[in-house]
Amino acid sequence: MNKELLINTASQVRRDILRMVHAVNSGHPGGSLGCADFLSYLYFEQMDYDSKNFTMDGIGEDIFYLSNGHISPVWYSVLAHSGYFPVSELGTFRKLSSRLQGHPSTDKKLPGIRMASGSLGQGLSVALGTAASKKLNNDSKLVFTLHGDGELQEGQIWEAAMYASANKVDNIISTIDFNGRQIDGDTEQVLSLGDLGAKWQAFGWDVLKMNGHDFDEIHTTMQKAVAMTGKGKPIVIIMHTEMGQGVDFMMGSHKWHGVAPNDEQLENALNQLPSTIGDY
Amino acid sequence: MEIEILGNKDTRSGFGEGLAELGRTNPNVVALCADLTGSLKMDAFQKECPTRFFQVGIAEANMMGMAAGMTVGGKIPFTGTFANFSTGRVYDQIRQSIAYSQKNVKICASHAGLTLGEDGATHQILEDIGMMRMLPNMTVIVPADFNQTKQATIAIAAHEGPVYLRFGRPVMPIFVKPDAKFIIGKADMIQEGTDVTIIACGHLVWKSIEAVQILEAKGISVELINMHTIKPLDVNAILKSVSKTGCVVTAEEHMLNGGLGEAVSQVLVRNLPVPQEFVGVNDSFGESGTPMELMTKYGIDTQNVVDAALKVMARKA
Repeated sequence: MNKELLINTASQVRRDILRMVHAVNSGHPGGSLGCADFLSYLYFEQMDYDSKNFTMDGIGEDIFYLSNGHISPVWYSVLAHSGYFPVSELGTFRKLSSRLQGHPSTDKKLPGIRMASGSLGQGLSVALGTAASKKLNNDSKLVFTLHGDGELQEGQIWEAAMYASANKVDNIISTIDFNGRQIDGDTEQVLSLGDLGAKWQAFGWDVLKMNGHDFDEIHTTMQKAVAMTGKGKPIVIIMHTEMGQGVDFMMGSHKWHGVAPNDEQLENALNQLPSTIGDY
Repeated sequence: MEIEILGNKDTRSGFGEGLAELGRTNPNVVALCADLTGSLKMDAFQKECPTRFFQVGIAEANMMGMAAGMTVGGKIPFTGTFANFSTGRVYDQIRQSIAYSQKNVKICASHAGLTLGEDGATHQILEDIGMMRMLPNMTVIVPADFNQTKQATIAIAAHEGPVYLRFGRPVMPIFVKPDAKFIIGKADMIQEGTDVTIIACGHLVWKSIEAVQILEAKGISVELINMHTIKPLDVNAILKSVSKTGCVVTAEEHMLNGGLGEAVSQVLVRNLPVPQEFVGVNDSFGESGTPMELMTKYGIDTQNVVDAALKVMARKA
């Protein structure tokens, strides 16, 4: 693991997120900042993919689905830095005719995206379909997903969870962004998820836990998860994160779920995050 | 009119036979079913292609999402459940993961409309054509009989993009030739005529054939079109026929709101305004009963087509 590269990438990704949502005064910085470390790890350390020759079918490549599509800024930034499209295109986020729609979509043909998401709870089912497709194609690569914790309130997630274990889907690694916050407040107050690990276990999944801001722990856990694939059980990682991670005044609250910083707040935030690779 | 009845079967069995044939001829075709394998006649595919058949249980939302995901990797998924659970229950999954994402999924919906019969209104969806028509990228097909349903099932596998294929439960006469070529978006001319055009889909095509025979006995020359593809609509066939007859009746096993009749009226108002009468269900849920009792009670029977034809002809200037 090249930890320095990951730290630098995540810092730049966080700057991109803040500048993207600030430029259009809309978007979702909180969850995006919280998943910057994980997605940097996934694309710069974990997954096999060909960003220069994107194909929808992704045969022989690992596939990632962002089920909680509202944190599109972090995904767009990571995709751009991974070489899927020019970093300069991040400046078009949420603007008219942009390929970087408010929520991820395929209809404007942005390389790296294979499914629209935004309406929550659908990504796990989609991933199970692709996992089945990979098995039929004798393609040994994996399918990765990311979900919000609030998203788990959607019933479809549990339909998919039940299917995966019943059918021994073992080429999928799902990760839950467990930050305990959603739009209306703390998840515990809005609709408690109860004992989340026990729920997934009861649905027949192997459950791992990790700190989503510690690259050493992410590295160890992901290696363990990959080693557990192919053994007849689906794998879920409950990833503890802080919404707004990296910007002191955005952390510890649900208030920055879907609010963009003003000019002054942006300057304050950027001062906390060194530009490493260079701003778009 | 003379029409040869080739047998009597349900359209869902046409789907089952078409799917089984696809199983033998196209290795990319996969099938998903939500606990209705027997009702959808998917048993043959399941038996012959067990590794390509996915039993998802009573979880239609997951089924639609999985089908969308299977296209990534080149599969051509056919989902099977009742029309109600193929559309209303999973509209958002279809909208985001299939239609908006332009996925090559074939949504195959049985037991559509009132002719599901005794199960009653909870299962008798009459809004599905409207919902599916409204979705960008979606093709909507309502075949008329067993043979045409089989032909349409095979044809949609070769069509790239999302398709809604609607069929039903009751045994009905077969009149489409077994070797007829099914072309998506190209209407079937069943009979040419000069006094009135009848445009029908699904089970109402047979009811319209019966209506034509009654109208002909009254000396009326009827042009009958089987509009098996609701979207994209065969605009040329409509305009060519109506420019000759000057009036039209549409007939469908669906709400008047959102269905074939509304689609046809949109074409006519823009291009060639003429009188139109609508045979369909008028803003009402169904109820329990036999299929034929329900068609009579809710105004989608042979006599309703006859009455509409006479009424629309009287409205011609």
